[in-house]
Amino acid sequence: MAYEVNGKSIEVDEEGYIINLDEWNEDLAGMLAESEGVNMTPEHWEVVNFLREYYAEYQIAPAVRVLTKAITKKLGAEKGNNKYLYELFPYGPAKQACKIAGLPKPTGCV
Amino acid sequence: MSEVMDLPGDDEEYASGVVKKFMFVNRKAPHGSIYALEVLEMVLISAAFDQDVHLAFIDDGMYQIVKGQDPTGINQKNFSKTFRALDGYDIEKLYVEREGMEERGLTEDDFLVDVEVISQAEMAELMNGMDVVLSA
Repeated sequence: MAYEVNGKSIEVDEEGYIINLDEWNEDLAGMLAESEGVNMTPEHWEVVNFLREYYAEYQIAPAVRVLTKAITKKLGAEKGNNKYLYELFPYGPAKQACKIAGLPKPTGCV
Repeated sequence: MSEVMDLPGDDEEYASGVVKKFMFVNRKAPHGSIYALEVLEMVLISAAFDQDVHLAFIDDGMYQIVKGQDPTGINQKNFSKTFRALDGYDIEKLYVEREGMEERGLTEDDFLVDVEVISQAEMAELMNGMDVVLSA
């Protein structure tokens, strides 16, 4: 499976996760979001960008529990909780936000 | 860390389910085989089950946490960065064996995460107190 982004073809796996993380761009993120039925707002981008920074620093996608804790630290408790994250990404921040952010599926995602 | 031999107690994180003392023993250099990365994945998954996780670095395993790695030339991911995420997973019990460290000319400052350096004898004692020891 692949997405056409600005005339370039970007491969994703059968679950929709990008194969080559370097190919990610914001246009692709918009398309991935659309396929997930997510309408990207600044709040969504904040989480997606947070995940990208986390990945750049640690080379993994965080488990949800770790994500909420890290977001609390950086953006405050009103954003670092499951309710807030699941409102933004109804099928789970791990599944949806990581996919949109161009990250691999989180390890220990149970 | 002196609390290492303590029982989990009534910390609310341990309130449900059985908590076992796990130790993952890393003996092999980070790149060139899949062992180091696979153990790290296991460690991250174990964190999801709120177990009492310990990591030991002995022999060439301690090269996994040496600073300044860049395996891009051999087409490997630099997963040494992931060890710095363990703190966020509440995995903070990391041990390096002193004898092996000195044999390799390493010091505590060469590691990219906080570790406790303990002697071979102390390591053996620590392992004895574990419920599960996985070595790779």
